[in-house]
Amino acid sequence: MDTATTNKPAEMLTIAGKSFASRLLMGSGGYPNQQVLLDALAAAQPALVTVAIRRISLEAYAESLVDLLDEKYTLLPNTAGCMTVQDAVLTAELGREALQTDWVKLELIGDRETQYPDVEQLLRATEALVKAGFTVLPYCNEDPVTCRKLADAGAAAVMPLGSPIGSGLGIVNPYAIERIVVTSPVPVILDAGVGTASDAAMAMELGCDGVLLNTAVAKARDPRRMAAAMRAAVAAGRDARLAGRIPKRTQAEPSSPQLGLIGG
Amino acid sequence: MTATIRVNGRDERLAVATVAELLHLRGIDRPRGVAVAVNGAVVPARRWTEVALAPGDAIEIVKPFGGG
Repeated sequence: MDTATTNKPAEMLTIAGKSFASRLLMGSGGYPNQQVLLDALAAAQPALVTVAIRRISLEAYAESLVDLLDEKYTLLPNTAGCMTVQDAVLTAELGREALQTDWVKLELIGDRETQYPDVEQLLRATEALVKAGFTVLPYCNEDPVTCRKLADAGAAAVMPLGSPIGSGLGIVNPYAIERIVVTSPVPVILDAGVGTASDAAMAMELGCDGVLLNTAVAKARDPRRMAAAMRAAVAAGRDARLAGRIPKRTQAEPSSPQLGLIGG
Repeated sequence: MTATIRVNGRDERLAVATVAELLHLRGIDRPRGVAVAVNGAVVPARRWTEVALAPGDAIEIVKPFGGG
């Protein structure tokens, strides 16, 4: 029996007219070494792999991440760490030049400690980059109003946080994520906070179109195995969403017949 | 002739005329994945040989690293 919900175009993740076989997006940072990264990505088979754009070391040669990854995976440059519209836009432009893509994961944080998005600047940077021809995927607060404004500004998807970046706290406000899913005119990618497979499954059960995660795999004891778990969790969560969960109830509802019991 | 040019946030005395010469001096001969901005504007790889560097210019040389 074909239980897969993939392979049918209508069931694929589609962002800005481009369809992906997977609904899992993975980061490439913080792995113990490049082989573990490669093994984890092979196990996860992500739709996109995010990379950071950083100053080259002028002292030492390092193997290029592009050479390592770009034949097998579609790379998505991010603007991680940027705190101004100007820096985020220039980083996006450098990412476009480095990777020959006009897609960007737009990250514009308001402070380094919480890594929380600076909504006001995020909106302005989204507008500027959309105007410059970018396909913008902004990392944002789990706030339906912010997500709507970003979509209105031309974002190709919205990527609300489940909880702070790297925290592994999972989805702390599932009701907000659910609300964003209901109201968003563009795909919703749960980004940040995933700690383990059930968090990724939950995101999909809530109706998200995809999940972006990094630390949960990179810092797991066995990243390759966790990557496989994430892939399975995203697929399971998606299937559960499409299957339609039962309503929650506060009292028991036996599934065995109540008549015909022996004795008595 | 040398000039002070800010390379990735550090002032350096350099005797280079173009972006391409600076990259070559630094052993960056494989442009794949490398991007350059001079004074806040991206310089596409095809223009590295023609864009001249002037005293006081600030150049950013970047490439992709692991990130989330």
